[in-house]
Amino acid sequence: MHTKTGATKINVQNVRKGFPADKGRLEVIDDLNFDVADGEFVAIVGPSGCGKTTLMNIMAGFLAPDTGAVLVDGKARFQPNSKGILITQQGSVFPWLTVRENLLFGLPDEMPNREALAEEYAALVGLKGFENNYPHELSGGMLKRAEIARALVVKPEILYMDEPFSALDALMSLRMQNELLRILGIERHTVLLITHDVEEAIHLADRILVLSPRPARIQASFDVTLPHPRRVSSPEAQALRVAILKELGVSETV
Amino acid sequence: MKKLGSVLPSIIVLAVVVVIWWIAVLATESVIFPTPLQVVTGTMELARDGTLWEHIGASLFRVAAGFLIAVVFAIPLGLWMGWVHGAFVTLNPLFQILRPISPIAWIPIAILWFGVGNASPIYLIFIASVFPMIVQTTAGVHTIEKRFLRAAENFAVPRGKLFRQVVFPATLPQIIVGMRIGLGVAWLVVVAAEMIALRSGLGYMIIDSRNAGNRYDLVIAGMIIIGLIGLALDGSMRMLEGMKNVRWRYAH
Repeated sequence: MHTKTGATKINVQNVRKGFPADKGRLEVIDDLNFDVADGEFVAIVGPSGCGKTTLMNIMAGFLAPDTGAVLVDGKARFQPNSKGILITQQGSVFPWLTVRENLLFGLPDEMPNREALAEEYAALVGLKGFENNYPHELSGGMLKRAEIARALVVKPEILYMDEPFSALDALMSLRMQNELLRILGIERHTVLLITHDVEEAIHLADRILVLSPRPARIQASFDVTLPHPRRVSSPEAQALRVAILKELGVSETV
Repeated sequence: MKKLGSVLPSIIVLAVVVVIWWIAVLATESVIFPTPLQVVTGTMELARDGTLWEHIGASLFRVAAGFLIAVVFAIPLGLWMGWVHGAFVTLNPLFQILRPISPIAWIPIAILWFGVGNASPIYLIFIASVFPMIVQTTAGVHTIEKRFLRAAENFAVPRGKLFRQVVFPATLPQIIVGMRIGLGVAWLVVVAAEMIALRSGLGYMIIDSRNAGNRYDLVIAGMIIIGLIGLALDGSMRMLEGMKNVRWRYAH
């Protein structure tokens, strides 16, 4: 199911970004160039503090690059919009709205079938029966499901996921990865995933980009051709994992 | 049973205070300071002839009027100051100067402007409760977590919806805190205001009882009733904190 359609969806062109620091300037991203195909799942891994989140904020339109541009469908993106929804580690489901109200939030008030759509997506992520609950009544995993449903219900073309499952425990994280794959099997989206978890990247992505330490450049790129469902314990996956970890400067001794 | 266990200690403390009071009055053979029993009989007397209810009604009416005007004024203003930086830097210094002035200090000006009718205490209550509510509302907007504002930005909703579904509900818990503070101060002020110029209300009842024949049983009755009503008012504001759409903020 993870076949590239070929058409370029996102085009990152010569993106540089720095921030003013105590002494001079802190260069965070150094001339990044890469493409993401329509429907492709690209994971970005890199050492902590390498500028992954800055990159994601630029791609999602929350931050302007110093130079270069991010083109979506060939057009430069300057501002966030509902064609690409950002999901972060801390999450942003509104705690003052019920699950249903959260799902309805991104849908225009005048949309005729919005209630039905919200119901459909609550069911899709397995939140049927919890539509009238408030977020503080949900578990961490259910909260993530609500966040994913709120993103998907507006029919975005791109999902930007910045360490989406890092705050969950290992078991729940794995479960949510499988959920995400199941949902993407039903609805194909272009996905950009930032993670520090190499196994998560191997489990989910069609392609893995390894970023260098700050300032971030693309240091290596790995195509993941293993068929789904993937077993991260398989020899091929483990070989890939060792190769990626080596790029990250971690040599594994068993 | 569990509930009884949690209120029992405070009931015992209250009982001990009443007993000590009673013994102290008997032991000192005071002719002016009343015993708890005299306070109760005095209260019953006022309740029976209806004046107690008139005084309570008058005080509550003034508080309700002044407080509600303050709510209508403070919440939109606080939201605006919280959202628009220019409004904040322009108006905040003024409010920070006005806020520490005790509402009691406004009494002469209130009488000058509004005379000795109901308008004066209503104005004082307004002055007393409006500033805490403005401050809390503004602070509430300022402390909305960035991740929520970003999510709202991401879905690119119209401005009206942003206010209705994000800014206002995100601030509501702080608004309720402001209302609790505001109503508490309002109740303190109404009694003080009524002591000065008016011919009704619990504050007037206290002063009048003292002036008209040293009826200290009614003075103390008035004080206790003020305390009990204050407790009830605070309890009503606490009930707002129990609403499901604000509980997230108080949960921890």
